[in-house]
Amino acid sequence: MRFLPAGDLALSVELGDEISVGVNTRVRALEFLIEQKALAGVVETVPTYRALQVYYDPGVIGYEALCRALTPLAEQAAATAMPPAREVELPCCYGDDLGPDLEPAARRLELSSDELVRLHAGAEYLVYFIGFTPGLPYMTGAPARLTIPRLDTPRVKVPAGSVGIGGIQCCVYSVDSPGGFWLLGRTPLRLYDPAAAEPILLKPGDRVRFRRVERAEFDDIAGRVAAGVFRPVVR
Amino acid sequence: MIRIIEPGPQTTVQDGGRRGQLRYGIPPSGPVDARSFTLGNRLVGNADGAAGLEFTLIGPRLRAETSCTIAVTGAESPVTVNDAPAAAWTTLTLAAGDVVRIGPARSGVRGYVAFAGGIDVPAVLGSRATYLRGRLGGLEGRALRRDDVLRLGAAGPVRRRAMAARAIPDWRAEPVLRVVLGPQADRFTDEGIADFLAGAYEVLPQSDRMGARLSGPRITHAGGHDIISDGIALGAVQVPGDGQPIVLLVDRQSTGGYTKIATVCSFDIPRVGQAKPGQRVRFSAVDVAEAQQLSRTAVVDVANVELQEIAS
Repeated sequence: MRFLPAGDLALSVELGDEISVGVNTRVRALEFLIEQKALAGVVETVPTYRALQVYYDPGVIGYEALCRALTPLAEQAAATAMPPAREVELPCCYGDDLGPDLEPAARRLELSSDELVRLHAGAEYLVYFIGFTPGLPYMTGAPARLTIPRLDTPRVKVPAGSVGIGGIQCCVYSVDSPGGFWLLGRTPLRLYDPAAAEPILLKPGDRVRFRRVERAEFDDIAGRVAAGVFRPVVR
Repeated sequence: MIRIIEPGPQTTVQDGGRRGQLRYGIPPSGPVDARSFTLGNRLVGNADGAAGLEFTLIGPRLRAETSCTIAVTGAESPVTVNDAPAAAWTTLTLAAGDVVRIGPARSGVRGYVAFAGGIDVPAVLGSRATYLRGRLGGLEGRALRRDDVLRLGAAGPVRRRAMAARAIPDWRAEPVLRVVLGPQADRFTDEGIADFLAGAYEVLPQSDRMGARLSGPRITHAGGHDIISDGIALGAVQVPGDGQPIVLLVDRQSTGGYTKIATVCSFDIPRVGQAKPGQRVRFSAVDVAEAQQLSRTAVVDVANVELQEIAS
C-alpha cells in the first residue's frame, strides 16, 4: 500500500502494481468502505486499475490525517463484501462496416470470424473502472486466445458504440474519439448520452456480456434508443 | 433576461462545477479561474457557485432585455455600457435595453460575467457548468451563439460595490506556480526534476479548458513514460514521451496513462488559466503540508477580499 500526494486537494492510494481482478477489486472495495464510513472531508473518489484517487477538502482534513484514516480501510478492503455486481447486456452487431477489423483480427488470431465472435460474445467482462472519456469502460474477461497487440496505427476517429479488443482488454468507445483497438462490432446502446436523465450506462464493478445481434435488430434497437424508449437489460 | 448579440470566440455558462462524476469519466468543468469567478458572484450578491459566463480572450456583447445587475471580473478587458466606459471588478446596474460590450483581453485569458440571481439553465448531474467536449450542461451543452437568450434567477436588491484595486490580480507578471511533486516524481531523473523546477515554460496556443500545453526545457524520464492508467487530479503536470509538460485543468480527462511529475496547487490554477499563449510560467516545489496551509489561507483571503461600497 502506498499513498501519493496529488497536489493540495487529492491523493492516490496505490494497492498494487499490476492489472488484475484481485487488485482492482480491493480498489473498488476501498471506495465502497470510504462511502460507507462517510469519511469527513472526502469530496469524491476515482477508482482505476490499481489505485484509488481521493479528492478531499484540506480545510476539513489534512494529508497526513487522511492517510491515517485510510490505512485501516485499505487493510480491510481485501476482506470486504461488496453489494452484488450488476449484469449488463450489450447487444452487439459484429463485422461488416460496424466491425471493420473482425476479419483481419480473426486472420491475425488464426480463427474464423465466426469463432472469434463466438469467443468474444461468450465471455463475461468485468468493468474495472470508467475513465478517459465519459462512460468508457476498461474491461477484461475475453479468453486468452483473443489477446492481440493494439493496431500499429490508431484510427483518428472511432465511432461511439464501437466494440474493440487490444492486449487483454475489451473496450466500448463511449464518444467518437481516436482509438487503437481492433473494432469487432458495434453496440446500438449509448454508453454516454448527455441528453438522458442518467447519461452514463456502465459503472465500475459491472459485469458485461455482449449479445450477438443481426443488422436488422441493431437498427431496430438504435431507433428505439434514439427515441428514448429502449431499456437496456440490467440485472 | 439577457440576449447575446455577439458571443465572442468561446463563451460558456459555468457554475461552481460538477461533483462526484469523475468516477464516470465526467470532469468537474466550472471556471478555470475560480477566484475571479467567485469574486464576481460576491459583487452581485450571489452564492459563490451561482451560474455565470466564462469568456475566452474576447468578451461577449450582450443586451439586458430586463433590468439586472452584473459584474465583470477575470481577464483585463475593456467594458462599455451603451459605449460609455464602465469599470470591471465592480457592481454594474443595467436598465432594460442597455448594451454591454466586453472587448479583447489586454492581459489574462478568461473573463467572467456574474449576474445577480445567476443564469437559469437546467442543472445536469447537479450542475449548470458546460462541459463542451461532452456536450453536457450549460445551454444545450454548447458555447453561446448569437441571439441566444439567457434567463436569470430571481434577485433581491444588490449593494453596489467595487473590489479594492490591490486585490485585482496582475496577469502580466510571470507566474511562479507552486507545485507538490508527485504522484510519479520517482519516474523522472534528478536532472529532469531540476530542469522542470529551474526552467521557464511558454504557454502554447493549443491550450484549452482541458489543459495548458507548455514548451520549455525537456523533462527527462527515468525508465518509461507510461504507467498503469490512474486518476488525473486538477493541476496534474503530465509529461508524455516528448518531455513537454501539460497542466490538466477543469475539463480534463478523468484518467490517463502518462507520468505526472507534479501537481499545481489549486490556488495557483487561476494563474495557469490566465497565462496567455506566449507568456512564460515557472514552477516552484512546496511540500503537501505547506500547500494545504496556503490553500486554507487562500480560501480565507477570498472570503475577506475588501469590497468597497460605492455611491449610486
